[in-house]
Amino acid sequence: MSETDLIDAVLDRHRRDGTRLMQILRETQEQLGWLSPATMTHIAAAIGWPRAMVSGTASFYSFFHTRPRGRYCVLWSDNITDRMLGNADLMDAMCKKLWLEPGRVSEDGLVSVNTTSCTGMCDQGPAVLVNYRAIPQMTQSRLGEMVGLIRSETPVSEWPAEWFAVEDNIRRRDILLAHDLGPGQALSAALQRGPEKTLGEIKEAGLRGRGGAGFSTGLKWEACRNAPGTGGNPAHYVVCNADEGEPGTFKDRVLLTSYADLVFEGMSIAGLVVGAKKGLLYLRGEYRYLLEPLESALAVRRQANLLGKNILGSDVEFDIEIHLGAGAYICGEESALIESLEGKPGRPRIRPPFPVTRGYLDQPTTVNNVETLAASCLIATYGGAWYAEHGTEKSTGTKLLSVSGDCERPGIYEYPFGITVRQVLDDCGATDSQAVQISGPSGICVAAEEFNRRIAFEDIPTAGAFMIFDETRDMFEVARNFAHFFAHESCGFCTPCRVGTTLVQNIMDKIAKNHGSPYDIDELFKLHRLMQGASHCGLGNSACNPMFDTLNKFRPAYERRLKSLDYEPACDLDAALSQARQMTGRDDAAAHLHNEEKT
Amino acid sequence: MNAPMPLVKKLRVATTSLAGCFGCHMSLLDIDERILKLLDLVEFDRSPLTDIKHCGPCDLGFIEGGLCNAENVHVLREFRTHCKIIVAVGACAINGGLPAQRNHLDLRDILEEVYQTEHLLGRAGIPNDPELPLPLNKVHPIHEVVKVDYFLPGCPPSADAIWKLLTDLLAGRTPSLGHGLLHYD
Amino acid sequence: MSLTFQLDGEDIAFTPGQSIMQAARAAGVYIPHLCWHPDFPAHGSCKLCTVKVNGRFGSSCTMEAQAGMNVENRTAELDDKRRTMLQMFFVEGNHFCPSCEKSGNCALQATAYELKMMSPHFDMFYPDRPVDASHPDVLLDFNRCIMCSLCVTASREVDGKNVFAMGGRGILGRRIHINSESGRLADTDFALTDRAASICPVGVILPKRRGFDVPIGKRTYDKSPISEQVKEKAP
Repeated sequence: MSETDLIDAVLDRHRRDGTRLMQILRETQEQLGWLSPATMTHIAAAIGWPRAMVSGTASFYSFFHTRPRGRYCVLWSDNITDRMLGNADLMDAMCKKLWLEPGRVSEDGLVSVNTTSCTGMCDQGPAVLVNYRAIPQMTQSRLGEMVGLIRSETPVSEWPAEWFAVEDNIRRRDILLAHDLGPGQALSAALQRGPEKTLGEIKEAGLRGRGGAGFSTGLKWEACRNAPGTGGNPAHYVVCNADEGEPGTFKDRVLLTSYADLVFEGMSIAGLVVGAKKGLLYLRGEYRYLLEPLESALAVRRQANLLGKNILGSDVEFDIEIHLGAGAYICGEESALIESLEGKPGRPRIRPPFPVTRGYLDQPTTVNNVETLAASCLIATYGGAWYAEHGTEKSTGTKLLSVSGDCERPGIYEYPFGITVRQVLDDCGATDSQAVQISGPSGICVAAEEFNRRIAFEDIPTAGAFMIFDETRDMFEVARNFAHFFAHESCGFCTPCRVGTTLVQNIMDKIAKNHGSPYDIDELFKLHRLMQGASHCGLGNSACNPMFDTLNKFRPAYERRLKSLDYEPACDLDAALSQARQMTGRDDAAAHLHNEEKT
Repeated sequence: MNAPMPLVKKLRVATTSLAGCFGCHMSLLDIDERILKLLDLVEFDRSPLTDIKHCGPCDLGFIEGGLCNAENVHVLREFRTHCKIIVAVGACAINGGLPAQRNHLDLRDILEEVYQTEHLLGRAGIPNDPELPLPLNKVHPIHEVVKVDYFLPGCPPSADAIWKLLTDLLAGRTPSLGHGLLHYD
Repeated sequence: MSLTFQLDGEDIAFTPGQSIMQAARAAGVYIPHLCWHPDFPAHGSCKLCTVKVNGRFGSSCTMEAQAGMNVENRTAELDDKRRTMLQMFFVEGNHFCPSCEKSGNCALQATAYELKMMSPHFDMFYPDRPVDASHPDVLLDFNRCIMCSLCVTASREVDGKNVFAMGGRGILGRRIHINSESGRLADTDFALTDRAASICPVGVILPKRRGFDVPIGKRTYDKSPISEQVKEKAP
């Protein structure tokens, strides 16, 4: 089959529909290795889009390659938890064994090694993606074997199956994870009750969004339900946000691995309530390995008449499609996610209008977190009043926490809302903890004296990440890791975030190299004040949180690195003469600049 | 006749041109007859105008040009050490200016192109006399290496802009340039 | 009675659906901006038009005016933030005004004058960005791009051509994509007569053979500050 035939087959499978561009690009790349200029021209012509828009989308996502990549593309998850488990040394060793520089493709086109943002394996790191297949628990010995397999060009599909085993590590179950619902049970209860009354139960339950923001799910569904569809093909849509990109979060991975039915059923219930016939599950590219099992689970549900037309004998119609992301944290923001679903770069939209009135394809759309949708099944079955008995008054029900970092038993812990940080630490076997980063880099850094605070929307809201740092950890390095994360993930749309995240990263690197001064700390605060108010979306608004929190709570971690109380340059002036020294062969005193020099 | 000036110590001013073209200094001279008034108020230390080679304690240091070699860094540091107030004068001092147009090129490629290709300086070889300051990998504006107190943009800043900044500083006012005086070209 | 809101203590009339920016513009009041253009829908990326509405930050180009709202515009706090964002533009690109044909007619430069930006403040990035001289009539110098997307919108909405699209991500990736496989402007149907050819607020899209044809002193913003020109243009 020629390359063109391969691309055409992909295009046909997606009905040459431009809104499916992300899937067209991914499947094409899976076949051809990369997206060449000719490939993009061909795709653009087939879907009837300007070519610049196709290349614009392809170049936005980290997992799309518009330049040839190695036949083996190894990406090391670079969350702080991977760092703490030694990923840097392992990656270094891998590069040495392969005679490679990070980020460069080997001369023979065989392999490239680089880092990537958190892949959601924090409880079983250090983790890698090899050709976008997840492998947790990397060790030195596994590394040696892997290098051998790469050198011998053994296809990844023939690598030891146990390497790809991802554990659930469920450590504590409550009403959600210990549920005893059979497939269809919640949905038939909802069908019996009808959309209005089901919505009433959701509202009575007080269910709030589990993605961290905590917006009332009932109000969201109601707004979507009440919003009229627009244009020639009016419709309503349900979108399940499974773009679990916040570093330190992995609970959606577990729900989609072992509770997929519950998630799909929640989407169906949402569909019933808002009047949608179609649901879309946006799965982060890092979880590519879940695509086939999820497709199988959907097929089983169609067989069982839980999806499709006349669901369970009713006149209700609903089906679900899975869309894969391609490595862009920003797509966790609901309007960016919708842009991505439409085949575009994941740029957050101007709001209002909100997705509930103008979302996917400009139609009313409810975007809900995986965990929110799963929880809605409990409410549909047992009622809102029953659900509201769990948790606190303002934060009903339970919350899944993704626990990682310095503790004996990392994994998934389900607690009723209102649990204290200290209780979680005790349960997971954390000792000598100095801080917990809750809800990821964009969340909050909680210091030891605050461990009596509670996980709840009225105290510490969270999307679920719970990263523990014991007293041996350097909180400056934690913040610096997060600064790099935000600079890498900023979409680049608005000025304060595009430039600000890089300025913050550069300042943190300057301080790390012991070139900082109090001036730089003032600059961090100044950038925080600007970005927090002026950025286009939550990413920019929260990108300085890790610096702000650690500067307030762990300031000595910064101060011990400061060089002086005066102003210090960021550039290494002696290193700035390196090329001239090399070219002239000089090494005399005048061929050096000492950074400390005072005349 | 104006009232006699109160007897105050003259401000001591140093000036220099680093990686610049002396255009800003020329513009300073363009204040014309006002220079006589200026000399009532200031005395010059190290400057191309005095030929004093090293800077003593000064109130004010005017820096033209950015940093393109090691010597520029030494001179800038000398100024920062001895001057209470440093003013970056002109585009090159402020953002690297014309010399910084080389920054998208690798210095090694530049040196090879200039000193080791036939059509330019041929096989003369790259100068390596220790008397010569080595060029920096990139050209930098001066605020990247020392703290700068005031900036006077322009290529060059006009004589009127320089005069305004000087008189503001001498009178103890925060310098402020209005429309027509503040320009980057 | 007409609807009004307060802008720096002044009553501004508006019609329902107008943004704060549109209403201010119609009243001859200047709100600093770069990516907004009266002929096109708001883009909302430059964030220079950030104002405080009833104490909360927002972009005046995308926020609808509401009766009775209290909007702060030219306060020291907001102008300080705007100055910082201008400095961000000046360090992320290569803006060497003395050698730029657009100098004197450039909205970025004029806005920086208006806000008394004296230096770029931050360390320069000096990115390596390409120049595309392939087109017979137009030069593209991306060193000066401020990602406003006005060329993208004008080419799509007015010219019906889609010569440009915004692509890539973040500080390193985000850039204008040209609608040809080669990436060269010459290989598109772009023409000097396109609206997109004259929309660029900075010196990226330049007509060839016309550089520096207006002498210093007579250029757009030599005559009066950008804020005054908004007043003069008001109906």
